Amino acid sequence: MKLVTAVIKPHQLDAVKEALASLGVAGLTVSEVQGYGRQKGHTEVYRGAEYTVEFVPKIRIEVVIDEFDAGKVVDALVTAARTGRIGDGKVWVTPVEDVVRVRTGERGLDAL
Amino acid sequence: MPPINSGDTAWVLASTALVLLMTPGLALFYGGLVRAKSVLNMMMMSFATVGVVSVLWVAYGYSIAFTTDRYGGLFGGFEALGLRGALDGVTGAEGHGIPVLAFAAFQLMFAIITPALISGAIADRAKFGAWLVFVTLWVSIVYFPVAHWVFGADGWILSKLKAFDFAGGTAVHVNAGAAGLALAIVLGKRLGWKKREGLKPHNVPMVLLGAGLLWFGWFGFNAGSALGANGLAGMAFINTQVATGAALLGWLVVEWMRDGRPTAVGAASGAVAGLVAITPACSTVEPIGAIAIGLIAGAVCALAIGLKYKLGFDDSLDVVGVHLVGGAVGALLIGFFATTLSGGTGDINGLLYGGGIAQLGKQALAVAAVGAYSFAVTWLLGYAIDKTIGFRVSAEAEAEGIDTAEHAESAYELSGPAGGGAFALAGIAPQAPVREEEKRAETVGAE
Repeated sequence: MKLVTAVIKPHQLDAVKEALASLGVAGLTVSEVQGYGRQKGHTEVYRGAEYTVEFVPKIRIEVVIDEFDAGKVVDALVTAARTGRIGDGKVWVTPVEDVVRVRTGERGLDAL
Repeated sequence: MPPINSGDTAWVLASTALVLLMTPGLALFYGGLVRAKSVLNMMMMSFATVGVVSVLWVAYGYSIAFTTDRYGGLFGGFEALGLRGALDGVTGAEGHGIPVLAFAAFQLMFAIITPALISGAIADRAKFGAWLVFVTLWVSIVYFPVAHWVFGADGWILSKLKAFDFAGGTAVHVNAGAAGLALAIVLGKRLGWKKREGLKPHNVPMVLLGAGLLWFGWFGFNAGSALGANGLAGMAFINTQVATGAALLGWLVVEWMRDGRPTAVGAASGAVAGLVAITPACSTVEPIGAIAIGLIAGAVCALAIGLKYKLGFDDSLDVVGVHLVGGAVGALLIGFFATTLSGGTGDINGLLYGGGIAQLGKQALAVAAVGAYSFAVTWLLGYAIDKTIGFRVSAEAEAEGIDTAEHAESAYELSGPAGGGAFALAGIAPQAPVREEEKRAETVGAE
């Protein structure tokens, strides 16, 4: 199994959710996060004084999937999250040893 | 005793309540401009001023400011301590009498908002107790006498110099602005000021709400200063409105040209700058003159707020750039835009209406006198307080946030990781800062 983690623009969450659902991904976890990449935040001006906002609000998506689906899921996620402008985010994949469904005790792929 | 005119009295009483509302409005305006960790302290400086000055005004403030002059136009007398001697008095022109107590209440609201304005210069870093001591001393030594100079029937600026200040451009705004400059210098810069680390406003809608309430209340401030429901009040009212609208535009134009974007904070600040500038002038210019004063004040104040970065003082919320500069601009422009056409007070024409330069000189002297007196005395007061009880909170308290350090409160449950969403549903409370005494108590208990 694989854990796919994506940090994306908040506005793209709906598109990503739909794309993953259409691939049959059964569930996902989202959280609000802040961070910066190569573009290093943005500036705001209050009363003529510039303030650098280093940490930009982002959405982090985490989804555990069968490793045979990983390529497809990552491609769909990237396509849905892409606007082509700076700050579109990152996606990375890590191996997962085991998963347990808390309610039933099922393990592995059955727990997904 | 002359009869009381019910229409005039009703307007003065309504205006009094309007002017009171300006101070909570100011608290919102200032509160939105500071960080989430110091918004309560910022608002408390205004609210607590309402308490302190209300008591002092009855005790001796009204008497110093408004009873018959005994000291060459500098101070009033002491015959109305506790407002005794004013209890059943009537003031005003024949047929337009209002109770002295209504006038005293109206003027009290001016005495409240003036020190509250100063608090913006020392955001995030003043000990609350030291602020209360400062307000007590400052209104006693600075505001009450200066109100006598400018508003008292025999005060020297009004009766001898004959400079024009209808509703307090000098007594309130130049006065508060010069005091703010002095205190900002005494207290020094906030932590992280140089790099402006995280010092940006935390709630801009609150800034706009505060500016709106200030604008609303300012009709009482300016039109109420006519002390009657009459043509002068109508003149002050329309001039207040149009100057403020014009100043809002003036500020936005400067931002658009200089920074590339017009901002909401800029619109709110421009409106306040316009209100400040029209305050001394609203009874003596025509509406077209008021628009010109507003445009000039909005643009000049938008440029003036950059001064603190050049000169290196942390006037946190631009009390100098908006109130000192705006008040001075308004007071000086009377020398240009005053006109007898307005049918208002003051039988003078400014430079643009065929008058001489003499009035401009008088206006400049009034601004300089109030500004210099306020700056010097405030600096001494601030220095004395700092050397005795200390004016500034510790660096740890400032970094942690003055709200928890000085008031053991925090404004919002929603900020930080223990905020809304799942954490709130789980009932996880934000980590409260543990006070030193409690820490000791716990250690003792554990032993």
